[in-house]
Amino acid sequence: MSETETLPAAGSAPATAPLLSVRNLRVEFPTRRGTLVALDDVSFDIHPGEVLGVVGESGAGKSMTGAAIIGLLEPPGRIAAGSISLAGKRIDNLPYEQMRRIRGREIGAIFQDPLTTLNPLYTVGRQLVETITTHLPVGPAEARRRAIEWLELVGIPAAAQRVDSYPHEFSGGMRQRVVIALALCAEPKLVVADEPTTALDVSIQAQVIALLKRLAREKGTAMMLVTHDMGVIAETADRVAVMYAGRIIEIGAVRSVVKEAAHPYTAGLMGSIPPISHRVERLEQIDGAMPRLSAIPPGCPYNPRCPRVFDKCLTLRPELLDAGATRAACWLYDPK
Amino acid sequence: MKNFFDSDLWWSFTRSPVTMISAVTAFVCIAGAVLAPLLAPHNPFDLASLQLMDAFKPPAWTGEGDATYPLGTDDQGRDVLSAIMYGARVSLLVGFCAVLFSTTLGVALGLLAGYLGGRVDAVLMRIADIQLTFPSILVALLVDGVVRAALPRDVHDQIAIFVVIFAIGISNWPQFARTVRGSTLVERNKEYVQAARVIGLSPLRIMRSHVLPNVLGPVLVIATLNLGFAILAEATLSFLGVGVPPTQPSLGTLIRIGNDFLFSGEWWITIFPGVALIVMVLSVNLLGDWLRDALNPKLR
Amino acid sequence: MTLMLQTRDVARHFDVSRPWLQRTIAREPKRILRAVDGVSFDIPKGTTLSLVGESGCGKSTVARLVVGLYRPTRGEVIFDGRDLQDARSDATQRRRMQMIFQDPYASLNPRWRVRDIIAEPIRAFGLIREPQAQLDKVGELLKQVGLSPLDGQRFPHEFSGGQRQRISIARALSSNPEFLVCDEPTSALDVSVQAQILNLMKELQSRLGLTYLFISHNLAVVRQVSDRIGVMYLGKLVELAPAETLFTAPRHPYTRALMDAIPDIEMTGRTRIPVGGEVPSPITPPSGCPFHPRCALANDRCKAEMPKTLPARGTPETQVACHAVEEGRDGGPKPALAAA
Repeated sequence: MSETETLPAAGSAPATAPLLSVRNLRVEFPTRRGTLVALDDVSFDIHPGEVLGVVGESGAGKSMTGAAIIGLLEPPGRIAAGSISLAGKRIDNLPYEQMRRIRGREIGAIFQDPLTTLNPLYTVGRQLVETITTHLPVGPAEARRRAIEWLELVGIPAAAQRVDSYPHEFSGGMRQRVVIALALCAEPKLVVADEPTTALDVSIQAQVIALLKRLAREKGTAMMLVTHDMGVIAETADRVAVMYAGRIIEIGAVRSVVKEAAHPYTAGLMGSIPPISHRVERLEQIDGAMPRLSAIPPGCPYNPRCPRVFDKCLTLRPELLDAGATRAACWLYDPK
Repeated sequence: MKNFFDSDLWWSFTRSPVTMISAVTAFVCIAGAVLAPLLAPHNPFDLASLQLMDAFKPPAWTGEGDATYPLGTDDQGRDVLSAIMYGARVSLLVGFCAVLFSTTLGVALGLLAGYLGGRVDAVLMRIADIQLTFPSILVALLVDGVVRAALPRDVHDQIAIFVVIFAIGISNWPQFARTVRGSTLVERNKEYVQAARVIGLSPLRIMRSHVLPNVLGPVLVIATLNLGFAILAEATLSFLGVGVPPTQPSLGTLIRIGNDFLFSGEWWITIFPGVALIVMVLSVNLLGDWLRDALNPKLR
Repeated sequence: MTLMLQTRDVARHFDVSRPWLQRTIAREPKRILRAVDGVSFDIPKGTTLSLVGESGCGKSTVARLVVGLYRPTRGEVIFDGRDLQDARSDATQRRRMQMIFQDPYASLNPRWRVRDIIAEPIRAFGLIREPQAQLDKVGELLKQVGLSPLDGQRFPHEFSGGQRQRISIARALSSNPEFLVCDEPTSALDVSVQAQILNLMKELQSRLGLTYLFISHNLAVVRQVSDRIGVMYLGKLVELAPAETLFTAPRHPYTRALMDAIPDIEMTGRTRIPVGGEVPSPITPPSGCPFHPRCALANDRCKAEMPKTLPARGTPETQVACHAVEEGRDGGPKPALAAA
């Protein structure tokens, strides 16, 4: 029995029971050259009303984690070990039909590209009404009233008229708002948002972030926010998990991770973000690149790039250990 | 070569028994046709060796047959198996040349249309559109008819095989041109092409060394599928009597000749060439289908 | 101070109408997209000018105008004292300008070996004729961008995004250029790799004395590399200022809104009021100042009259196109929220 199963997955989590609980999750992709381990021993909790940010470079497994939770792993990917529980109930082993019901009712999903979520053939109103009547005990008239209310809530001007428009009649930013309304209208307990602002312009991005934050607070919805943009995480999330090569290598309160990162990778990542407040002659950089899934080194996956590497890192894989304000998977924090 | 056996293409090939069977069948057909002079038991065009006595012999296994003519003989006493092998030779030659012709023409015009755009594109693509509204066999018939009317008979017979190649080839270029134009439009806007333009390379050089190698994947698929079509088209033309001259019979010619005897009981004269045609076209088409799926990343 | 590049009222319009027949049947007018509409700036030799703005503002079109991939609809581009068209017809001038692209997966021909990709400009300009000397030069360029000379025989797909961008840079450097146009060179990269590439580009600039036109949507990146910065909105340059001035005293309301919108790791848990509205379509731009529908300071004059680009009151080194700044309605120079 590993340590992560007995301890809460992160330092400063609230004392309430977690809404989402991921334990030792392992996702594998069988290929003809052998099995790739896309997620390895991933554990974390999200509590009601909390926003957990998940960051990492492309290929680190952050989107994969979101896909595993909503039960939409792309084949041939499969959950090989571990568990995902929503409000104490296992959801990782449910049949497709049952999972589909949970996906609308209890977990909402927001993806990077709003066009993949919206059906171009139906008006946004129809799509909202359908979602609401499928998952909530309300009639069509009430559902339409709520649909308009949601469109207003996400900041679509003249919502009563726009409700009968088709997705292509909205601009990119407005479409992403419709997707948010669609993800939230069945009042799910958890929202998984995968790069919700990446396709948007900076000024629109800010509007969408502010909206997500407000809705999470007002409705008490828990949120898993997957993004590569540390700025977005810093402004939106309560806690943050940093992923590297399919593993969580650091998790903790957002302020602690940003300001006092314990893991050398997190520290390097924060240092390499160009500051807007001043000019530096040379940015901190992490040499090299994240290993491909087919070539993850033994021991700590970060060891080839780590400036503080020592012999233990080369052979033994570190668990998440207490590292001051956060928990980090790094042998530097080994109490022994 | 090592790279090839390590590639995804080879891997998907070894995973598909149907494809492997098709490949073997196609190989046997092609080898049998190409090596006909070496492999065929008789030479059906050597008039000296023909025995009119041996005419209308049924296949060897029927009891009345003769072991020297495994698939029987026709009305002239020609060995049906040998005639098929020689006929397949003509069919394949016409098929390959026609596909080569339409590929070259289609790829060149498609590249020009896609890369240059504007009026060149509009004119070429409208021509292609118009041609596509006619069934391609009709285009081939039309071309053949025009040439037949324009040339004296003996000249026509001499060049008949080239006329058929041209007729089938010209009826098929729009398919290649459209596909290549589509891929060219995508590649042209990619940044590696822009990088070449910044250096100031000429459009022809960019098309040849940058765009062309990157648009050939789909062309290979269409060319393979088209080979089956071209062989069938040639058989159709020959069956209708407007294809290759009877002195160089193709599978289509053999089927037409045999057709006259089908109802008088000599079924083998037409059935065996027909079966050979079906097997050849089917195996080539199955290979083409597999190639299309294997090269299309979306279906993988 | 000699100028590497000047643009004078450069514009580029695209005809985005439907095909003639459909247009005539539907009785539609021609639709013209004014991607760039009257942009003027200078780039002194050895310095970096950055253009920032949101998608569709025309910054990438400017990059393509400046290397001759597009011809201007109006105005002129002057490269080292000569008209660009004229300069580009001369190979000895053409080799002096090169471009680095955004997408490291599309900017290298997937069918070519890296050494051929890098050697292409050398061969096209006939800089080195002898094959072995060409290979030596390629090896040297690979080393210069932090790769191994042995990498030359591999294909692009064997490299990561950051390594491919290094190969792109090596190709651009192979004709010994003086002027590099960089179109969002790091926006497709992860941040730790972005830092590598930005450091490399700065290092190369100081070692080789390069002049950069740097296109980006990321203000933080731009701050790290630029001497001067232009802010674009709907095909127009709304503000042009020395880098430090732009960040300490942004003047145009759009620049200020843009700076305030950037999520920043220094700002954990802050709440703010984002600028409302959306970027209008460049096919049907608003009358007057293009920013007026989203601007808190807009009045009737802003709706009717296009503002001229003038030195700003209070910060005369800033060129700004804004009636409010010109009339002093903006309250003078003050720092933006995020930069405070």
